[in-house]
Amino acid sequence: MLSFFKSDKKTSNSTGQPLSLAARLKQGLQRTRDHLNRPIAELFGSHAAIDAELYEELEAILLTSDVGVDATQFLLDDLRQRVKREKLTDAGQLRAALQQSLQALLTILQQPLDTAPHTPFVIMLAGVNGAGKTTTIGKLAHYFQAQGKSVLLAAGDTFRAAAREQLVAWGERNNVAVITQEGSDSAAVIFDAIHAAKARGIDIVLADTAGRLPTQLHLMEELKKVKRVIAKADAGAPHEVLLVLDANTGQNGLSQVKSFDDALGVTGLVVTKLDGTAKGGMIAAIAKTRPIPVRFIGVGEAQDDLQPFSAAEFAEALFG
Amino acid sequence: MFDTLTSRLSGVIKNLRGQARLSEENIQDALREVRMALLEADVALPVVKDFIAQVKERALGRDVMSSLTPGQAVIQVVSEELTRLMGGQTAALNLATTPPAVILMAGLQGAGKTTSSAKLAKLLQERMKKKVLLASCDVYRPAAMEQLQSLSRQIGAEYFVADPQQKPLAIAQGALDFARRHHFDVLIVDTAGRLGIDQAMMDEIKALHADLKPIETLFVVDAMQGQDAVNTARAFSEALPLSGVILTKLDGDARGGAALSVRHVTGQPIKFAGVSEKPDGLEPFHPERMASRILGMGDVLSLIEEAQRGVDQVEAEKLAKKIKSGKDFDLEDFKAQLQQMKNMGGMSALLDKLPGQMSQAVQGGAVDDKSINRIEGIINSMTLKERRHPDLLKASRKRRIAAGAGVQVQEVNRLLKQFEQTQKMMKTLSKGGMGKMMRAMRGMVPGMR
Repeated sequence: MLSFFKSDKKTSNSTGQPLSLAARLKQGLQRTRDHLNRPIAELFGSHAAIDAELYEELEAILLTSDVGVDATQFLLDDLRQRVKREKLTDAGQLRAALQQSLQALLTILQQPLDTAPHTPFVIMLAGVNGAGKTTTIGKLAHYFQAQGKSVLLAAGDTFRAAAREQLVAWGERNNVAVITQEGSDSAAVIFDAIHAAKARGIDIVLADTAGRLPTQLHLMEELKKVKRVIAKADAGAPHEVLLVLDANTGQNGLSQVKSFDDALGVTGLVVTKLDGTAKGGMIAAIAKTRPIPVRFIGVGEAQDDLQPFSAAEFAEALFG
Repeated sequence: MFDTLTSRLSGVIKNLRGQARLSEENIQDALREVRMALLEADVALPVVKDFIAQVKERALGRDVMSSLTPGQAVIQVVSEELTRLMGGQTAALNLATTPPAVILMAGLQGAGKTTSSAKLAKLLQERMKKKVLLASCDVYRPAAMEQLQSLSRQIGAEYFVADPQQKPLAIAQGALDFARRHHFDVLIVDTAGRLGIDQAMMDEIKALHADLKPIETLFVVDAMQGQDAVNTARAFSEALPLSGVILTKLDGDARGGAALSVRHVTGQPIKFAGVSEKPDGLEPFHPERMASRILGMGDVLSLIEEAQRGVDQVEAEKLAKKIKSGKDFDLEDFKAQLQQMKNMGGMSALLDKLPGQMSQAVQGGAVDDKSINRIEGIINSMTLKERRHPDLLKASRKRRIAAGAGVQVQEVNRLLKQFEQTQKMMKTLSKGGMGKMMRAMRGMVPGMR
């Protein structure tokens, strides 16, 4: 869970001007780039020719970035084919080729969220404990408000201590209404919120849910129920089911995507905490096995450090 | 937990076992598999490299070559190294200081510090009869303090109320002063989540540590964390003299390689594991059990403990006596066995703890809780005489039993076949004793010598 209070220092650079989107993304991904590039640069420097050893080291680098065995294999096979097809002989050319391979793999994930078709547009958020759901809702509310849309928050995490208060605190700070109920269950709170949104003519409803591990089958059932109840409040809703993933997560990220998708039909992902030293490579693993669009990535602690995902920028930030 | 790693290593071990001699080449193959398995399980690459190097060195040495069964010797080496890496024994919390003993919690955002703080307080109160004060220095995350306060209420621990406008250090000092004056045994200080690369925040927690002089500084790690665990752990252990680790969310299906990485980097033992969302879901961490589980040898110790709790001792002894005396094992005993199994938490709970290969074999045979109930139903449809003397069961009796239990005759036949196999095993057991039985099982259980 990111903090908002101390975030101001990071939103602007030394001249006081806010950073551009691309610049902020790049800054956020700096860590990832540092990690990936250093060894790759060393690689390309120390090897004149393309040999098995080079591929082996490349494999290790992708693996340490949480890309995962499957996706790594896929990327390397793709790279080998490129080398053959384009008759690459110099190790230095591999860098651009690898970036192309990664971008090609990630492009399928780049589908921005369009909230225009429905009013209110109901977005349900789910994820494991501590992935950053409540914080992401805060950032999303800010994001949609900045686009001139009205937002309503539903405090659907009725399990975790003070989750409600956390969301309310956020609502106050951004002047967004938060629907909460004392001692009620998640589905009921969200049901109410959707009705309130309809009555008030709100554009977007963001529904929080309690974090849960996919192994807790009864909690997954509860989540299915929440979704069913949302459909009762508004046929066709939820219009978007977002799964929030912590970029620190390793290969379990994939199993989270699978479990939540099987239970809910996840329509989009949010990858949080990409501003740390985590590499976020599991996005590639997801693209390979269960390609669900990454709608947003969290690249900093500031409110506006939530950005739409771009495959080209991501690949470029990693290798460029 | 470590299931996928378990099954993968089980596969490797199976390949190794068939070999008469161990060449450098086939160790290489096996070690590559081990390497990939560990990487898939999110063990950090530097840790994997170290591990593989250690194993290779020992496997190629005399340890193996002088051994009669080199394949098993390698498995032994892998097992020993893994256990060593996980850190041998269960490490207890050190509270031996002038009270209040201060425990400082540190970790990334969302690792589970606040929840773990409350769970730890509950554990200390209930198992060690300590008077615990909880304090939160998280002035950043909205409602973080309310979260700890409300958790404190749930577990019946005292919470130090502070104003989020204050500086974390001032809050911590206030809490320590309060704990001293009111004679608390333990003060647990929760902190805000922070990135290892956030210099300002790392300086803040350093200052907290310098002022509080905690006897325990616990690093809280998410079991789902990937390769980056090694970097975070390094950053925190460089900033703070960590004294232990809490591994959270172990009840998920993460392979938990982070446990190995963090242990390797910090050199500090994992003291507790978070195993459920409930306030009592914090358990002492058993590294040796975890290591054997990773190696596909199953969590046999926990299984035995569970068995001791669930098994009716009198019944068990009766059965043991019967087997020893060499008398026939009949359907009544078979039913008693099933009963015992159910008492131990059912098939699925047991399967979880069995070695990878065995549990797969059992699952392949589709033995689950449902089919056990079914078997019981069939046996219940027999007369006592039929249960004692299964030979009596011919076509018409079988038809009656099937109708009584609401199943097909084929299922009755299948049960009888299963029973015969068990009977045969029991006979071997009574004749050749345990030794023979173990030899028969050796092919089934990896790592057994």
